[in-house]
Amino acid sequence: MQIIVPIKQVPETGNVKIDEAKGTMVRDGVESIVNPLDLYAIEIALQLKEKRSGKITVISMGPPKAETAIREAMSMGCDEGVLITDRAFAGSDTWATSYSLSKTIKKLGHYDIIITGVRATDGDTGQVGPGIAAFLDLPLSTFTSAVKDISDGKVTVERLIESGYETLRLPMPCLLTVIREISYPRLPTLRGKQRARSKEIPAWGPENIEAQKNLVGINGSPVKVVKINRPKVTRGGKILDLSKTTLEEAAKELADYLENKNLYK
Amino acid sequence: MPNKSVWTFAEQSEGRLKSVSYELLTRGRQLADKLNTDLCAVALGKSINIRDINELIHRGADIVYLVQHPMLKHFLVEPYSQAIEYLVKKYAPDIFIAGATTVGRTLMPYLAIKVNTGLTADCTGLDIEPETGNLLQTRPAIGGNIMATIKTPDHRPQMATVRPKSTNPPPIDESRQGEIIEVQVPQDLLHTKVERLGFKSIEDDEGNLEDAEKVVAGGRGLKKAENFDLIRELAEKLDAAVGASRDAVDRGWISYPHQVGLSGKTVNPQLYIAIGISGSIQHLAGMKTSETIIAINSDPDAQIFQVADLGIVGDLFEVVPAVVEELEKRKK
Ligand SMILES: Cc1cc2nc3c(=O)[nH]c(=O)nc-3n(C[C@H](O)[C@H](O)[C@H](O)COP(=O)(O)OP(=O)(O)OC[C@H]3O[C@@H](n4cnc5c(N)ncnc54)[C@H](O)[C@@H]3O)c2cc1C
Ligand SMILES: Nc1ncnc2c1ncn2[C@@H]1O[C@H](COP(=O)(O)O)[C@@H](O)[C@H]1O
Repeated sequence: MQIIVPIKQVPETGNVKIDEAKGTMVRDGVESIVNPLDLYAIEIALQLKEKRSGKITVISMGPPKAETAIREAMSMGCDEGVLITDRAFAGSDTWATSYSLSKTIKKLGHYDIIITGVRATDGDTGQVGPGIAAFLDLPLSTFTSAVKDISDGKVTVERLIESGYETLRLPMPCLLTVIREISYPRLPTLRGKQRARSKEIPAWGPENIEAQKNLVGINGSPVKVVKINRPKVTRGGKILDLSKTTLEEAAKELADYLENKNLYK
Repeated sequence: MPNKSVWTFAEQSEGRLKSVSYELLTRGRQLADKLNTDLCAVALGKSINIRDINELIHRGADIVYLVQHPMLKHFLVEPYSQAIEYLVKKYAPDIFIAGATTVGRTLMPYLAIKVNTGLTADCTGLDIEPETGNLLQTRPAIGGNIMATIKTPDHRPQMATVRPKSTNPPPIDESRQGEIIEVQVPQDLLHTKVERLGFKSIEDDEGNLEDAEKVVAGGRGLKKAENFDLIRELAEKLDAAVGASRDAVDRGWISYPHQVGLSGKTVNPQLYIAIGISGSIQHLAGMKTSETIIAINSDPDAQIFQVADLGIVGDLFEVVPAVVEELEKRKK
């Protein structure tokens, strides 16, 4: 079984700086981690591999330091890694990211399942998984909460939607985006860390994945950030102090507020 | 044929349109009026209730494009995307918006690639740039610290999703006239190799926190497990899910799935009421993008008041019962 897991490196906290002119994130000087939701994708990939043998290849598009994210995935047990990195990829929106990752996957050749996180905690869109599936014309299951069975070249999954769990059967190759329920990510092992340290991780640019230059990075992105503004940290809300108003008045005011906002009918 | 029209996606389940389908008409109507063009709703399914389709018109749609086929009974991304791609090529809409539901979040990113355009997720604001007629899409970026305004200048349609319950549907006007256009999508576009084997619905008595439109959350100020009943009582009055700070969870007053924050769940509801929660950075990380935040805390300097739209400084053991009583009085 050949599994590909695209993972993203994201800033550690909400404490991110923005280049107000370019509308992009300043990544320097902020600690980076593997997108926490991608750890679930890695974990379920490892479990599938343990049951059925095979190989897991992790791919990540980002600055050179995103290599550490790939090494972390390897120290958990993933086999190979490819870093997609080049100035030309900078400023990619989800269209350009999906394009570049799908080109990378094509280049890697044979695969049975692609597993992505449900969304990245920085951009917070959840569009890249379905985007890759669309570029590669792959059967897709989003919000996947369990892999029930793999047989006869088909994967049976459960996915969590608003009203319940839906069961789908997809022929392979296919793409799954997975949610937290699917697994509990393991920690890297010492042996895994040692193994990860000694691995070669190739760094590929647009030529290596045969991507059209005008379709990657900011030039290939249909969506443009035109303005960034920082809402006030405080909402400047109304504060009622019970040392100054009565309990009844405060309760009335709260109930009025809810009714006016249509939050209590 | 309408020129450069504004489209909304009318989502259905079991032949009935979901409320988000009507809500989107509020956004769509504003945009269509600014552009002086038609508002069209697109409904896909198998035998969709005709009264619901008419309601789209009564609530503001000028045209409903209706595609009905057994393959469209349940949402499956390929036939849905292929059918809409066919409509998009045929009618060339300028703007297409859908709800940020699990259907919208699956269909829209897939479709955007197929029709070769951009997509902005979870917009909180949609507007038209007067000079260019371009759609201005505003969304919180990176944990809600900043708002980004986004454009799709060179690709059409301009696509966006918006959160359900973020607007009210327009009122019903039964005298409103509109057109229902049944479109036959070529059979060969309505296929998928994915089989839908079954469905198991979930009943969660305390609600699914992440999808909840309202959350009432309690923290260490509650002092002991039994007092969480105060939170549950208020939540029940408001039809809200129950959340908690990590401190409350760590003390075993409520189970981990209720934890909101950095190491718990991220919620983004219409209403978040924080009770006896100080508002640590880690807690704020999980809820600060909520549309409306109300805080009840005895400490006037508690950080939670910084993000509150309405705050009550007082003893929760007095305030919460008073609020419950007041809401009870107003129940119609
Ligand atoms: C890595 C990391 C991850 C974390 N993740 C999370 C997370 O996911 N979620 C989370 O919540 N926390 C998280 N924390 C913990 C966080 O730092 C705080 O410790 C926690 O949020 C505090 O919970 P609290 O507000 O209930 O308690 P406190 O900070 O003790 O606040 C209790 C509040 O109740 C008020 N109060 C007391 N009595 C009354 C009364 N009678 N009436 C009204 N108000 C009253 C007090 O004034 C006070 O403001 C994390 C911490 C770390 C280091
Ligand atoms: N730059 C990237 N490199 C590799 N994988 C990515 C990248 N961006 C997004 N992904 C994958 O797509 C998922 C959804 O990301 P997003 O659409 O950005 O919220 C993530 O959980 C990753 O699995």
